[in-house]
Amino acid sequence: MNTYAFSLAGQNLVARPSGALHWPGEDLLCVSDLHLGKSARQARLNGAQLPPYDVQDTLARLEAEIHATAARQVLCLGDSFDDLAAFDALPQTALDWITRLQAGRRWYWIEGNHDPGPVALPGAHLARHAARGLTFRHIANPGEDGEISGHYHPKARLRGTARPCFLIDETRVILPAFGTYTGGLRCDDPVLSALMAPSARVVLTGRRALVLPLRQSRSGRAASSARR
Amino acid sequence: MSRLPPVIQDWFAARGWTIHPHQAEMVARADEPSLLLIAPTGGGKTMAGFLPTLADLAPGGHEGLHTLYVSPLKALAADIRRNLRGPVDEMGLPIRIEDRTGDTSYTQKRRQRADPPHILLTTPESLALMTSYEDAPRIFKGLQRVVVDEIHALAESKRGDQLMLALARLQSLCPGLRRVGLSATVEDPAAIARFLARHPDPCAILEADPGPEPDIAMLDLPDPPPWAGGGAAYAIPQVLAEVKRHRTTLIFHNTRAQAEIFFHNLWLANDEGLPIGIHHGSLDRSQREKVEAAMVRGALRAVVCTGSLDLGIDWGDVDLVIQVGAPKNVKRLVQRIGRANHRYNAPSKARLVPANRFEVVECHAALQAARAHDLDGAPRGAGPLDVLCQHILIAACSAPFAADALFAEMKSAGPYAGLTRAQFDDCLDFCATGGYAFRAYDQWQRLKQREDGRWALRDPRATQLIRMNIGTIQDTDLLKVCFKGRGGKPLGEVEEGFAASLTPGDTFLIGGQIVRYESLREMVVQVTKGAHKKPKIATFMGTKFATSTQLSERILRMFEEEDWPFLPGHTRAWLQLQREVSRLPEKDRLLIESFPHDGREHACIYGFAGRNAQQTLGLLLSKRLEELGLDPLGFVATDYATLIWGLQPLTDPAPLFDIAALEAGLDGWLAGNAVMKRTFRASATIAGLINRNMPGSRKTGRQATFSSDILYDTVLKYDPDHLLMRITRTEALRGLVDFDRIREMAERISGRIDLIRLSRVTPLAAPMLLEVGKVPIDGAGRERLLETEAHKLMQEAGLNAL
Repeated sequence: MNTYAFSLAGQNLVARPSGALHWPGEDLLCVSDLHLGKSARQARLNGAQLPPYDVQDTLARLEAEIHATAARQVLCLGDSFDDLAAFDALPQTALDWITRLQAGRRWYWIEGNHDPGPVALPGAHLARHAARGLTFRHIANPGEDGEISGHYHPKARLRGTARPCFLIDETRVILPAFGTYTGGLRCDDPVLSALMAPSARVVLTGRRALVLPLRQSRSGRAASSARR
Repeated sequence: MSRLPPVIQDWFAARGWTIHPHQAEMVARADEPSLLLIAPTGGGKTMAGFLPTLADLAPGGHEGLHTLYVSPLKALAADIRRNLRGPVDEMGLPIRIEDRTGDTSYTQKRRQRADPPHILLTTPESLALMTSYEDAPRIFKGLQRVVVDEIHALAESKRGDQLMLALARLQSLCPGLRRVGLSATVEDPAAIARFLARHPDPCAILEADPGPEPDIAMLDLPDPPPWAGGGAAYAIPQVLAEVKRHRTTLIFHNTRAQAEIFFHNLWLANDEGLPIGIHHGSLDRSQREKVEAAMVRGALRAVVCTGSLDLGIDWGDVDLVIQVGAPKNVKRLVQRIGRANHRYNAPSKARLVPANRFEVVECHAALQAARAHDLDGAPRGAGPLDVLCQHILIAACSAPFAADALFAEMKSAGPYAGLTRAQFDDCLDFCATGGYAFRAYDQWQRLKQREDGRWALRDPRATQLIRMNIGTIQDTDLLKVCFKGRGGKPLGEVEEGFAASLTPGDTFLIGGQIVRYESLREMVVQVTKGAHKKPKIATFMGTKFATSTQLSERILRMFEEEDWPFLPGHTRAWLQLQREVSRLPEKDRLLIESFPHDGREHACIYGFAGRNAQQTLGLLLSKRLEELGLDPLGFVATDYATLIWGLQPLTDPAPLFDIAALEAGLDGWLAGNAVMKRTFRASATIAGLINRNMPGSRKTGRQATFSSDILYDTVLKYDPDHLLMRITRTEALRGLVDFDRIREMAERISGRIDLIRLSRVTPLAAPMLLEVGKVPIDGAGRERLLETEAHKLMQEAGLNAL
């Protein structure tokens, strides 16, 4: 299996190696932190000339995931746009592409800290979305049960390679960032340790969705960095 | 100007000193537009460089800057200022001398801009920054001479390329500018002269008397060295005895990690408590300065050091140099030997300590080469374009420029004499628009062409960001190490990758102390004093030098001899045994040994192409072997061979060494390789795509943003022919990949391959099995490995049932 299946609040979910979360019971695909328009925003803010391919790359991967899961619903978990001006600066081709992906699907835009207002695109613009015992919101709310969030861009290291990762415990899931130009926060950061239960698991993205324990990942790193 | 003014002659005479012939000739030839002086260490090189300036300034009356002195080390600039101040004061000359480096205060720098001294001592980076100011023409008005010190070191790095572009700029501002280069002994003075020249004009060379032959030999050691490794712990008692017998000893190592371990072991054996210090580039500046000051005072009996002491201040008292580990490169050995005895016309004394059995052979080869004055070195190739991009941005900071004039100016710099207009236009386009195939937004424009045809910054505020990021030194992946607690004492730096591999409680060596890793806070590695006797983990990863082509060839020639009476008995017997059970590698053939060992099939390929090329060869061959279904599992590379192991024996090697096939494989393999990503990060930073420093924030660009690997992957996917990808490829092939050496090897052997099948491991291959740095084959196997490991960790944590 290239994916990692688990359950949250009685619902069966699948963490995909792409960083997307699939909910087969609802035909729903959830992605977080697309940060579309990041390179354009950087150019605007400080004249950085980042390769202008992030929108193209992020949408191509999103399209592939939608097709692979045949999702009927798509939920973008906030920070879909690097800021509202970045949305305004998106080229028409990108807007057309998004509209094409939306055709025949129910689409939810959850607000994030980078994109706190609705954008001029079809779909439901929500602060949060709740369905069958699960709550989707951008930033995790401590103490919540059955919550799916993003925002932190968690990443973890195994054998010296750092990859974006899911954090999963009995009450919540934190998604990795799906956007191409996104950094990350180490999963052993105190902010994340405080949110996750001691028994939390880490699911690495990459070629396969590899699962490892969150708390053991330190000694695990030591063991794995030993020479073969 | 052909004579020294009486005031200077009198000063020499009053001290009973005579002017060295090469110093006199420098004065006589003061009007040459460019002149390169090659002189051994201790030959009064710096004075030779400055005498024409002192003579010029002696009568007084010069307004503004007269001479610019550029050295690769900040410390050297400050040191020269002190050493020049004394004589100038004693001669009573009306000369203002100041230094200007990254350490100079803001107020001092401002004052220097408004009212420059007669002699300014600086570094390539500070000079580049000065040329970026709008008032550069005023600052450099009246400049007559530039003295480039330690030019042999600068000529090997991008810092030197940047400096030559800055000199081209200065030459446009001050057409009468004369250049002087000061160099240690090098194998190819003409190459350095081409580097310094103002093209197309030539640069004259003046070679000083090289002085007496050095006294160099192997250190007499009763025990044979170990089969593998680089610690040389077995030689500690004899090294300590030498330290006792001499006034001051410099103990050179090839890597910082080896220096740390040796220093640690030396102190464990240092019963008399002789004052011995350590000095290397990863130590905190204050630590290094303390050691340097103690050296100058004569308070140290020995310093364990690395290349960080290859250059710089003359340590008058050093009377012995010990080189631990094979020198890898004869030129560097000769320059290090020169560190001992800085008195002109006194022979330098040096001893070599091989760290393992093969290094005994290599040290002997290096000794022979040093005695024969057979220096090595590879031509460096054309100046890299990332530096050129940075220089275009620097030019734009000072004033709008015309493309034709800037191109002509850059072509006058030695490293860029062969620059084509197409290359220049590519770089200009990259600076202006980012140079992407996909032209997106106006916001991407950094430079715009004005109506008069000149190029100018679109947003003049960009100058701040560009100036903050001037330079070619890559220190972005180093983390500071400090003692835990508020204002903890800084100890030095480690590589980010090394820091990431640490677990709290791990102990490692830094600055000769064992410390315990506690945590990583705000990109500072926090440590406490470790109570352990033995560090758990070696320090630093660091790059290792590859043995030079010339030295490798000398070793192969040595193998052709009947016997080696000059080698110690143990090494002689080892080579004889190898000859009996297999054979010794030859210069124009490729020896491959194939044997089973420990349940696996092994193939040892004696390419003698140097560590980096043998490593690349290992990667390329294992890929080919995987395609052929021979199930390679891993390999390890040294300077002389690559050992590959797997499940199937190698029976037909010829198709593996087809150079065209190897090169074809290289393209695919390179694209996804970590070496490429690292090289890309360096070039993208120099060219101005990634900013190390951001205004208004103490955070570095690295923390504020995401990994440059993502940029690399994206450009590779959507814009594979982008200028930065081309630069990255050229740089990687030249540097860590070192494919040129593989090509050289293929030409040397031209298909003559000897595959010898043996029943067990051979004497020459055996040490390879003990080498560290084994590389597992990347691919499907690695993912399987990760999976097994993740599963094991879940099981240990009792989470596998979840």
